[in-house]
Amino acid sequence: MVEIAPSGLPSTRWRHVRARLFHLLMLGALALVVGPALWLVGGVVARALPGWRWSVLTTLSQGTSGGLANAVVGTLVLMAGVLVLAGTTGVLTGIYLSEFAEGSRGVHVVRVAIDVLAGFPSIVLGYVGYVALCVGLGWGFSLLPALMILSFMVVPYIAKSTESSLHQVPTAYREGAEALGMPGGHALRRVVVRSALPGIVTGLLIALSIAGGETAPLLYTAGVTNNLPTWSLLHHPIAYLTYYVWTDWNQPSNAAHVVSYDASLILLVLVLVMLVVARVIVARTQRHSESSA
Amino acid sequence: MWRLGGRVATLVPVGALVFLLAVLAVKAWPAIRVSGWGYLTGSSWLPGSTYGGVEKVHGVTIPVGAHYGAWPLIAGTLQTSAIALVFAVPVSILTAFALTEGLPSRIARPLGFVVEMVAGIPSVIIGLWGVLVLGPFLAHDVYPLIATHIPNVPVLSYFGGSVGYGEGLVTSGLVLGLMIVPIIASTTRDLFLQVPALPQEGARALGMTDAEVARRVTLPWVRSGVIGAAVLGLGRALGETIAVAMVSGSVLGVVSPNLYGTMTTIAATIVSQLDSAATDGTGFAVANLAEAGLLLAGISIAVNLAARAIVRRSGALGAPVGRA
Repeated sequence: MVEIAPSGLPSTRWRHVRARLFHLLMLGALALVVGPALWLVGGVVARALPGWRWSVLTTLSQGTSGGLANAVVGTLVLMAGVLVLAGTTGVLTGIYLSEFAEGSRGVHVVRVAIDVLAGFPSIVLGYVGYVALCVGLGWGFSLLPALMILSFMVVPYIAKSTESSLHQVPTAYREGAEALGMPGGHALRRVVVRSALPGIVTGLLIALSIAGGETAPLLYTAGVTNNLPTWSLLHHPIAYLTYYVWTDWNQPSNAAHVVSYDASLILLVLVLVMLVVARVIVARTQRHSESSA
Repeated sequence: MWRLGGRVATLVPVGALVFLLAVLAVKAWPAIRVSGWGYLTGSSWLPGSTYGGVEKVHGVTIPVGAHYGAWPLIAGTLQTSAIALVFAVPVSILTAFALTEGLPSRIARPLGFVVEMVAGIPSVIIGLWGVLVLGPFLAHDVYPLIATHIPNVPVLSYFGGSVGYGEGLVTSGLVLGLMIVPIIASTTRDLFLQVPALPQEGARALGMTDAEVARRVTLPWVRSGVIGAAVLGLGRALGETIAVAMVSGSVLGVVSPNLYGTMTTIAATIVSQLDSAATDGTGFAVANLAEAGLLLAGISIAVNLAARAIVRRSGALGAPVGRA
């Protein structure tokens, strides 16, 4: 068969070669992303599992050896604190931006502030926490400055995910509530926020996984200790998992490397479980979104 | 009550931002006064006398011989981010195509989940893997292939020379690239899904191949959104700290002579130097880190605002898993 192609245009054969090439490139790119991800997870598991002992979770650290109970509890305490501080602030901010912002002055300032804060490098947040809170106000390495800095970091994320899940609540729900004569606050709580709840919870889970996996903002605000967290907000340092990954991997002892790998594995499991739960919530609750309503 | 609570809550991000910028500006002021514009062009990072000898420069007390120039840090930040973008943008766009068109959804869905998951892996773990596994692998098996076959002529010789041990510029760039792929890819995928089916089907009906539909219909349709996503990824790469601090080699005062050399970035310098800077009794070292932080914050903020403006205008809905 003779190929008929107007002069200046590529031949059909060449076009099909290019189409095949495009498919190969597509799969190659996907492999370049998925491959390293599996390689990384496999690498951490392969290094941590052979020396794994469950007592890591129950014994205290001795710095470059021992267990990680203090760091596990510390990370959970930090995440709980972020849930309380950043969770309340972020969700309320998101509700305000979605429901009350129309026509309100200053809301533009809030949106810009959220965008700017979302782009703030985490180490610069940590620096400010250190010089202004830990040293400047004399709080020392402790829970409160660490929580404040982590919260500054994730509030924009929570606010935005809350706002966008509220936007996805079908208009019919709001109109229905209004038609039934529900007072505004009641309708918001019982109808609007409730149907946006899966999205809000997903945003919170992702924010918590970010907070739990952060290192840079904590190094100079939380300090570190071999003891379990105390109830005091100030003057008592608090341990966390990422610290041990960051400091122990290049210490000159095998025990230290084991601590680093163990901390990585625990972190990875913790973060991935939260992300999977978030994903399951999203998958289960698609019915409330505007598009499928 | 909701309205009041919400209004009070909105004060937090605004207040936090004012607080952060005010602290940085106040702390950086002595450094700005002493170094002026020279801070941006100088290459030395010398803390000066550690035995208590001080002098007064422009009314600021600093240790004798202290001299700070951030050029190598600025260069390192821009270089690693540029490498990250060169890697991540094509990979992300092709990945997004694979996830939306190339594969059956039964396979694409779990793989898409894996891609999003990468954004959630803590950066310290990516750094650990980068320095223990990826870096040595690249330095042993990949870089030599490039470095030994590159002709020693201007420009191209940048790709030659010593490849080191896997800690350095290109390793940092690639690690950053892997970290920002999920941000760009998941946003791009969501954008592709919003492209109406009619123009795509029309193009196919006219006999276009998949590749031609992708290049001439789908991609142009969402171009500004993809650019926005890429710039958002750039913002993340510029500010990333821990992973780069682990794989860059953290060498102060040097701009890498070739693609593989050790170096450092603004963010990595702050995290690795703050400890020792705190021992400078005059506070000048800490002030210089504040100026570095202010510089980095300025760059990141400008990039992020630009990205968000572009994404917002193009109506992208997709929010990636990680902190973007």
